[in-house]
Amino acid sequence: MYRETKIISDSTQSPSTGGAEEGGDLIINVGPQHPATHGVLHLVLTLNGETIKKVEPHLGYIHRSMEKMCESLSYRQFIYVTSRMDYLSSHINNHACALVVEKAMQIEVPQRAQYIRVIMDELTRIASHELWWGAMAMDLGAFTPFFHAFRERETITDIMEKTCGARLTMNYMVPGGVMVDLHPDFQKDVKSFIELYKRKFHEYGELVTGNIIFQNRMKNVGVLSKEDAISFGCSGPVARASGVHCDIRKLYPYDIYDKVEFKEIIETAGDSFARYMVRLQEMQESIHIVEQLIDNIPEGDFQAKTKAVLKLPKGEFYQRVETARGELGVYIVSEGGTTPYRIKFRSPGFSNLSALDHMVRGLKIGDLVAAMGTLDLVIPDIDR
Amino acid sequence: MNNEDLKIKFLEMVPETSSEEGGEWLNLFVPVEKFKSFMQSLRTGTGLDFDYLFCLTCVDWKTHFTMVYHLSSTLHRHTIVVKSKLDRNQPEIETVSDIWKTAELLEREVYDLFGVKFLQHPDLRRLIMPDDWEGWPLRKDYVDEVNMIKL
Repeated sequence: MYRETKIISDSTQSPSTGGAEEGGDLIINVGPQHPATHGVLHLVLTLNGETIKKVEPHLGYIHRSMEKMCESLSYRQFIYVTSRMDYLSSHINNHACALVVEKAMQIEVPQRAQYIRVIMDELTRIASHELWWGAMAMDLGAFTPFFHAFRERETITDIMEKTCGARLTMNYMVPGGVMVDLHPDFQKDVKSFIELYKRKFHEYGELVTGNIIFQNRMKNVGVLSKEDAISFGCSGPVARASGVHCDIRKLYPYDIYDKVEFKEIIETAGDSFARYMVRLQEMQESIHIVEQLIDNIPEGDFQAKTKAVLKLPKGEFYQRVETARGELGVYIVSEGGTTPYRIKFRSPGFSNLSALDHMVRGLKIGDLVAAMGTLDLVIPDIDR
Repeated sequence: MNNEDLKIKFLEMVPETSSEEGGEWLNLFVPVEKFKSFMQSLRTGTGLDFDYLFCLTCVDWKTHFTMVYHLSSTLHRHTIVVKSKLDRNQPEIETVSDIWKTAELLEREVYDLFGVKFLQHPDLRRLIMPDDWEGWPLRKDYVDEVNMIKL
């Protein structure tokens, strides 16, 4: 619920009777419509002067109850809903759902489809990190990087549009493979993107990373220790910046991730700057993965032959994948029918958000924006 | 430890547990009375060190609720699934938010959508639905003619 902006005389949060008193705590709302929250996230801050005493997230402004919705959707239909969760990694969400159905029904996916899926996943990861990088700099008051980031991201969305027919919610991966074969221009386009990206990547460092104002606002801000990162269930770049080995692509490889060579980026500082550096280097690794695969896509089918109506056997199935934000889990309880009995999406953003209060307590209000930017929250993914 | 070793160890620790085969991971059913002490020993027990709670949810079986906890260890890389059956009329279970901090928000979500009460939870309120919402949306018998789209 929306809380009135008010001054309270002590931290027990009883409304003050005498108006603004010296040294009282101030309760203010950030969001649900606020540019720094990148969506409809609502935070209730308890402040003492400019120092943050408590951050309370209020969720649900974009809650569509996907878990309930999926209970009445078939195993071919529910994938379309998941594109709307973490819309910046929609390929990877679809991938997770396709994998869990394939695992349950023991469908063998053709090699060609596996290659296509991994290339698409990595392009999505780059596109997502590009947007994060531009928005992150904008949170700190720099407007130019946003346009630089979108210049490269636009190329990826164009590639996606040619093959998948959509720029954001692709719905491209289906149980058994991918929906349609690649566009004839795909390899050429991806190669020219890689060339463009390599030519421009140094600008990122010159514009933002090396900037002294930027560094001062990022270093030693929002520190999350390794133990806390694990306890808060953090995953993805947030946990890796605190020194946790948690890359699902390395630990529990799916499709052809065990055949490609890439580094798991680990930083140990755990501050905002470390989280920034992890994502920046991850983009490079993703480029490296795409480079290895783009010339070696095998010929053959892009989809396995499956029945028109999919029926999962009775049981429970869990599949985890690494999205741009961290570990996404899909947990399906099946009663043997054509729809799931219960489905749960383990959202990476939800767990990462739970660490926010711990990270920013005692910092100034301006640091909240910097720390929150490095969590890379996507609100529809948190609310589902 | 692999699934077999874990199973033997748990049967020694709490003889009341029963396990379920077939899934990818070891599934353990723990009676609700023994639940908290069992979870505590998962976190601190030597050779166990389940420090990463990556999924916490509930399933409505119409006759009862089943709480499902997916746990793994970042040290030993083993994973288990702990389940506990709850009475549907009075669903109550002790909180694990003091063991794994992420559980605080996850339990609030389960409370919000299923109405499961977490005893000793520091701040058990609705999280996603508005504060004045009535009913528990993810229960199987929940009906909402206006907002729910049935296909």
